[in-house]
Amino acid sequence: MAAKKPTVAVYKFSSCDGCQLSLLNLEDELLDLAGAVDIAYFLEASRAVKPGPYDIALVEGSVTTPHEIERIREIREDARFVIALGTCATSGGIQALRNFADAEEYARAVYDHPEYLEYLNTATPISETIKVDLEIWGCPVNKHLVLECIAALLQNRKPNLPQYSVCLECKRRGAVCVLVAHGTPCLGPVTQAGCGAICPANGRGCYGCFGPWPQGNFDSLVPTLTATERFPGETHLLLRNFNAHAPAFRKAAEAALTVGKK
Amino acid sequence: MLDITISRGTTVALSKAEFDLLLADLRENGYQTVGPRVQDESIVYADIQTLADLPRGVQTEQEAGHFRLMRGASNNYFDFIPAADSWKKFLFPPRVDLLTVRKGKGWEYVETETATPRYALVGVRGCELAAIEIQDKIFIRPDFYDPTYRLRREGLFIIAVNCLHPAGTCFCTSMGTGPKVQGSYDLCLTELDDVFLVEIGSELGRSLLSKRKYDLPSAFVQNIANQRLARAVQEMGRSLDTRDLPGLLTEPENLEAARWDEVAKRCLSCGNCTQVCPTCFCWDATDSVNLSATQASRTRVWDSCFNPAYSYVFGGNTRPTIRARYRQWLTHKFGAWKEQFGTLGCTGCGRCITWCPAKIDHVAEIAALREEVNS
Repeated sequence: MAAKKPTVAVYKFSSCDGCQLSLLNLEDELLDLAGAVDIAYFLEASRAVKPGPYDIALVEGSVTTPHEIERIREIREDARFVIALGTCATSGGIQALRNFADAEEYARAVYDHPEYLEYLNTATPISETIKVDLEIWGCPVNKHLVLECIAALLQNRKPNLPQYSVCLECKRRGAVCVLVAHGTPCLGPVTQAGCGAICPANGRGCYGCFGPWPQGNFDSLVPTLTATERFPGETHLLLRNFNAHAPAFRKAAEAALTVGKK
Repeated sequence: MLDITISRGTTVALSKAEFDLLLADLRENGYQTVGPRVQDESIVYADIQTLADLPRGVQTEQEAGHFRLMRGASNNYFDFIPAADSWKKFLFPPRVDLLTVRKGKGWEYVETETATPRYALVGVRGCELAAIEIQDKIFIRPDFYDPTYRLRREGLFIIAVNCLHPAGTCFCTSMGTGPKVQGSYDLCLTELDDVFLVEIGSELGRSLLSKRKYDLPSAFVQNIANQRLARAVQEMGRSLDTRDLPGLLTEPENLEAARWDEVAKRCLSCGNCTQVCPTCFCWDATDSVNLSATQASRTRVWDSCFNPAYSYVFGGNTRPTIRARYRQWLTHKFGAWKEQFGTLGCTGCGRCITWCPAKIDHVAEIAALREEVNS
């Protein structure tokens, strides 16, 4: 008798669905995936739902409402492995900009009846509410890295994820350094690799959507970028973006304001 | 055509139109002609067909962490100094599939027949040729060799070019590799306004050139070429004092100099210097397995001693800090390399300085270290 296939559940929290779409975009590999695991819960793909508990929970999105706190705790209870999928789930995402502002003021500006809303004043990564077993960064995630993580789990091995900055990927693909050759601000040297250096290869600077590279030397890059800003506060804004709430970017964004004023 | 006997060492004058025909001859002989092209406001090495594909009238402004193209300075094709790209990628590609195995009855090798490309490199500078000869020592050794590198290297046709307009970060004179080309080539160009002076470096080069219309250069023209080369030496952007290398970098007490702490604050550990360096050769072999665990592949990719994962071994990292990694790179390149390969690992091309986002000038770092330890 064939062994029972591991079950996978895919959940959405506060997010744009882009990371779930990356899974659906696997195309060629999607059939292999369906062959290797039992996709038991994935509302974006199918309304057929099998009951938990599940072996692997892939969670997209950040926690932004009281209800989401309850839901994510239930998901943790119900899953052996919880994988935070994408920048919203790993650092709070673009909606974490509210963490630096007044969420109520935003709500009033957007909705006619903000009193119907139940929301938190912050958008936070999944790991701030529950224990997460693995984080896959990126806005959106690189679908091949997601596949690698699932394969590694199935094969009981460590996933082979890049541990260097975007610069190495950028050079491997022969892209021209936009910072040196164009003077375009680029977070590549302090950003975790995994995207394949898409932005620099297309002539724009890295805006750090794969999150801070844990070994990044922000103390060196921040003054380098602020010295050639095209408008005051440019470096601060670059860091206060999709990963604004990630601790290393948060700290560097503050430093960029101080350095910029000097 | 004049009846001139040409042989190795002869210099002839070749019109630029005839040079295009020479490129066509190379392709007819099965070579892929690759050379400099303008791309994304920089210069990369890629397929070229004729001189029209080259960066005509382009010069480059290069300083630490700074590269810009300047146009309209001349009508020449080789007045620029190369950018981040180096010929390394043709011989030691950034990504190579090493092997694939598939599960059948047992594990079976999946054989892939890939023809080794035959490159004709057009416009190899003195520093770049010296870099290729350094990589030869690494990848082709008496006891073992890298098949990817060796097959590509043995099929190479090299058209070198003497540098007449060094950039701000160049220091080949200090390393003895240029601006006049020193190594082994098939043909070597000196570009003047309306003609190439072509020196023959090999029998293959001679036989190719013999099919073209050329002339013996006048003493006047040769004199101009010599004057321009002499001027290039004077215009060299930087100068490295190599007198006490490798000792300066490898002396145990110098390894604890305060300068290493200082430079570590600025170094991003991004590894760009190693990726643009034409002699850096570090690589990683990564394995991948498909979802159903029925097929596995091993791929070789460029790696860097600045990547923390590079020095990770079971139980920990032998170079856990940026200070340790920067020191490793500099002391290897300008120090331990000599013991390992009989030469320093630097040819003075200046790429590591130009392409450092943090504007670290390694020539200045060595000078600062020397000052500290001598004071």
